[in-house]
This record gives sequence, C-alpha cells and structure tokens, in this order.
Amino acid sequence: MRTPVVLSLVGIAFLGLPVLAPAYYVTLMLPFMAYGVVLLGLNLLFGYTGLVSFGHALFIGIGAYTGAVLTTHLGVRHMELILPAAALAAAVVAAPVGALCVRYVKIYFGMLTLAFGMVFYTFLLKFYKLTGGDEGMRMLRPYLLGSEWPGFSKTAYLIGPYYYFSLAVLVLATLLMWRIVRSPFGLCLKTIRDNPLKAESLGVSVPRYRWYAFMISAVYAGAGGALLATPTGNVDPTLAYWTHSGNIVFMVLLGGFSSFFGPLLGAFAFIFLQDTVMSVFPYWRLIFGAVLAFIVIFAPGGLMGLFARGRRPVEVSRA
Amino acid sequence: MILEARDIRKLYGAYVALDGVSLSIREGEFVSIIGPNGAGKSTLINVLTGVLQPSGGSVRFKGKDIGGIGTVALTRLGMARSFQLVQIFPELTVLETLQAAVVSRLGRGARLFASLAGDSQVQADALEVASLFGLADKAHALARELPQGDKKLLDVASAFALRPEIILLDEPTSGVSTADKHAIMEILVGAAKRIGLRAIIQVEHDMDIVFGYSDRIIALHQGKLLADATPAEIEADARVVDMVVGRRRH
Ligand SMILES: Nc1ncnc2c1ncn2[C@@H]1O[C@H](COP(=O)(O)OP(=O)(O)O)[C@@H](O)[C@H]1O
Ligand SMILES: [Mg+2]
Repeated sequence: MRTPVVLSLVGIAFLGLPVLAPAYYVTLMLPFMAYGVVLLGLNLLFGYTGLVSFGHALFIGIGAYTGAVLTTHLGVRHMELILPAAALAAAVVAAPVGALCVRYVKIYFGMLTLAFGMVFYTFLLKFYKLTGGDEGMRMLRPYLLGSEWPGFSKTAYLIGPYYYFSLAVLVLATLLMWRIVRSPFGLCLKTIRDNPLKAESLGVSVPRYRWYAFMISAVYAGAGGALLATPTGNVDPTLAYWTHSGNIVFMVLLGGFSSFFGPLLGAFAFIFLQDTVMSVFPYWRLIFGAVLAFIVIFAPGGLMGLFARGRRPVEVSRA
Repeated sequence: MILEARDIRKLYGAYVALDGVSLSIREGEFVSIIGPNGAGKSTLINVLTGVLQPSGGSVRFKGKDIGGIGTVALTRLGMARSFQLVQIFPELTVLETLQAAVVSRLGRGARLFASLAGDSQVQADALEVASLFGLADKAHALARELPQGDKKLLDVASAFALRPEIILLDEPTSGVSTADKHAIMEILVGAAKRIGLRAIIQVEHDMDIVFGYSDRIIALHQGKLLADATPAEIEADARVVDMVVGRRRH
C-alpha cells in the first residue's frame, strides 16, 4: 500500500532534518512533536470515542508543571523519569475529573471539561507560592539518557539530543496508539462513538469505556505537556488556558479526526502555519478563524480528508 | 421459567402505557407479542430488557430480580435484544459490528494492546454469525451503506453474536418485504438452534409469521394483556381476532 511508503519517507525526513534544515525550523519541530503526542491521545477521545474535550490543556498544564516542579524544586532532572511522572500526575487528576465528565455527552461533556480547565488555570494563577503565578516557573534543561549534555549550547541541545529524544517519544506514543485503536478495546470505543444505545445492548459499558479513553488521553496530554515545556524553558498558566484547549481541538480538526494520522498532520500544519502567518500578520487568529470555518464547512475531513479525496471517492464526513 | 414479569405498570407522565401486565416465558418457547400500534409492545420489551424502569411490578430473569440492573449487566446474564428502530454502528463494517458483540461476550473489551485482527476466536465467531445470517459476502461493507433489510438483519445478528440464552426482538422484520420476512424468520430459527437459544420473544405485526412460528401469542391492547394463549386458541377467540389479529387470509 501507499501508507508504508509515505511513513518511511516521513521517517527519513525526520531523522535527517536536524542536519539538513536551518536550526530555526528544527526548533519548530519540537512543539510539533510534543503536540503530536497530546493529539494522539485527544483523538482517541474525539475521533474514536466521539467526545470533544474543550479542557484538555488542563492535562498539558499538569504535565508541564510536573516537569517544572521536578527539575527546579525536587532535583529530578532525568527526562525518563519526568515523562512517566507527568503522565501519572495527569492520570491522578483525570481519574475523578473523567469519572464525572463521562456521565455527560456532547456539549455538556465539552463544557464540563472546559470548566475543569478553568479551575486549574485559576489555581495556577492564584497559588503564587506553589506555581509562580502568572510568571510561572522555570523548566530546567532535563538530562537525556542519563547525560546532562554538558558541551551543548541551548540550541545545540534542543536541535540535537532533545529533537531525537522527542522523536523517539512521538514514535513510541504513535506505535502504542496504533495498537490501541486496533485492539478489541479500540473497537469498543468505536461502537460507543457510533451508537451508545446499541453499544450498551451489546454489553459494552459506555461510561466505563469513556472513562478509560479519557484516562489514556490525559496520560498522553500529560507526557506531551512535559515534552512541550523544555524548549521554552518556562511554564506558565496560559498552557492550561482554554484558548490552548481550543488550539489543540483546532489542530485535530485541521488534520482530520477520522484518520489516525490526521491529528499529527494537523499539529504540523498548525505550528508552521502559525509561524508563517504570525511573521507577516499580527492578527493570526483572524486567519486561523477563517481557516477553521473553511474546514468545518468545506472539508470536514480536514487535510487528511482532502488528500484521501484526491485518491479515491471516499466520504469522509460523518453526518 | 426463564423470564417472568409480574404486574408491570409503566407510566409516561400521566399516560399509562402498561397496566398490570404479567407474563412468563418458559424454556424452548417462541413467543410473539402482538397488538395495534401504541398498545405498549415496545414499552414492554424495554421494561423486560432493563432499558426502562417499570413504574410498578417486577421482572425476574432466571429467578433473579433484574429491576434496575441495567442493560450491560443483563447482557452478561444472557439476555439480548434488537430494536424496533434499527440500531447499527454506521461507520463500522458488518464484521466489526459482529466482532464487537463477540469481544463483549468473551469479556475481552479491556484488551488494550492486543490485536483484534490477530484474535482468531473473535474473527471466527464473528464470521460464523455473518454466514449464519447471510451477511458473509457483505462482511466488509460499512453498516451505513447496507440496504434497510440488511441493517435490520445486522442489528439482530449482532444480538445473536452475544450467544444469549434469551433474545427479545422488536419487530425484526419490519420494513422488509413479505417475501423476505419468511427468509429472515428461517434464518432466525436456524440461528437460534445453532447457538442453543432457550427462548425467543418477538414483537411482530405479520400474522402469517406470528401464527406460523409461535408457540404462544401474547396480545396487548391499550397497555393491558388481552390474551396469552396458543395460536390455535387465539384464532378461536373472536374478541382477540376482532381487536388485534384481524381477519387473516387463508
Ligand atoms: N418515551 C415516551 N414518552 C411518552 N409516551 C411514550 C413514550 N414511548 C411510548 N409512548 C407512548 O406509549 C404508548 C405505547 O408505545 P409503544 O410501547 O411504543 O407501543 P407499540 O410498540 O405497541 O406500538 C404509545 O401511545 C406511545 O405514544
Ligand atoms: Mg413498537
């Protein structure tokens, strides 16, 4: 098929990028890879379970702040420890939040997640002693593979070891998610997305599976959040703000939620589009709003849907 | 006695949809529920399958009071159903739909990293049910692209794929041509034998089907039990024939 070929080419490009591309573009790839991890999880909820979370930045924030607290306050510098810790912290918060949210669907689910995101944002803002308030906290450069990478300048570290480390995390996260959506569990999620009433009548417990999906997506967002914090070296409450949640939903729509790789493409397009538009036009949200409107109306399958349509006459939209 | 309902009442607001209905289903029975539109047949099915909580009365399945235990738990106990308004998973294929039922029956839904395609038992069982229901050649078609009759069949087939002990079918042949109705019934009866079903309850309007297949007929009228008897007895009961059955062509 075509997919393995495309994936191999993309893989080679990713591996070679730090050598071939200007450092600036390589550093842009770092948030892309971090968001890639987040979006894989978000789309398990969105594309596979049919739940749209408008508060997922909450878990990005938890992951990022976990990284900051661990590196600056607790002396934990190994990224191999920070990532699981960030994922765990996200899971601990997601367990009760998810248990409550999954009892609601559609707009009510979205609004509840949004509400929890706002609560956490306010917490970050107001508990200055713990969180540094609106200034946030520093995220010290983490060790990778046990090494501090002492000879590397900040940029050299980011476009070298950190780039490849992020890539490895993204690949691992992708492989795991690839298995999840093709597992019996993944099938159960799709039944819930398509028809909860029928799913229940086949013995699939809708709230339970929604909660599982919520937990997994939070774990992914937590890990992605920690990954996201390193390049900026600082974490602040905007990470958990609702516009950030909106951005990641936008990325999923942009790439196409009906496709496994759609959200990754969406993250990529978003990052580079944002960079381009911002450099020529200060009101980038205006452009992005127009793009979003265009996608919803004319290309509900996102970029992936457009590509797929060029190849074969598939109907991507899910009415 | 597999299934027993006692004095079921169901109110929608002030409207009495079921008014003191009692029935019992025995091992090996094929029971049809008949009655005009609005008689309360679907409501009864929904109460018996735990989708609706009755306003009064109790339902016992295999001797256990199942009031409020919920659909999922009932499925585990061995009860399955299909819906009057066809219920499918639009974006799943025929085979995936049946696989979902098999996964659920085998309790494998929490297998996060296992390969569905590599689960030979799930694959084989789903394929078997597909063949049983004549859907094998459409195994890879999306459910939403099936013709109406096949959607209906898939809804029923996925209930069978749970290998339940008892199955409740709400108008399994509605929207299907008369010629196809008999074919569907033959499939149902064959599949029931194959999986060792202990009882079938169906809501059905076509009296040829009802009288051709049922061991017993339960007639509802305005939420009340009008008759509960064998086809022969029902046919001899002028009142039931007038109110519910209508004159049959012979
Ligand atoms: N959810 C509901 N709310 C209010 N009334 C309902 C509801 N469902 C059914 N009814 C009413 O209850 C009566 C019985 O409905 P139903 O059980 O669907 O009948 P049948 O399946 O025999 O045609 C009808 O008059 C119907 O309008
Ligand atoms: Mg009905």
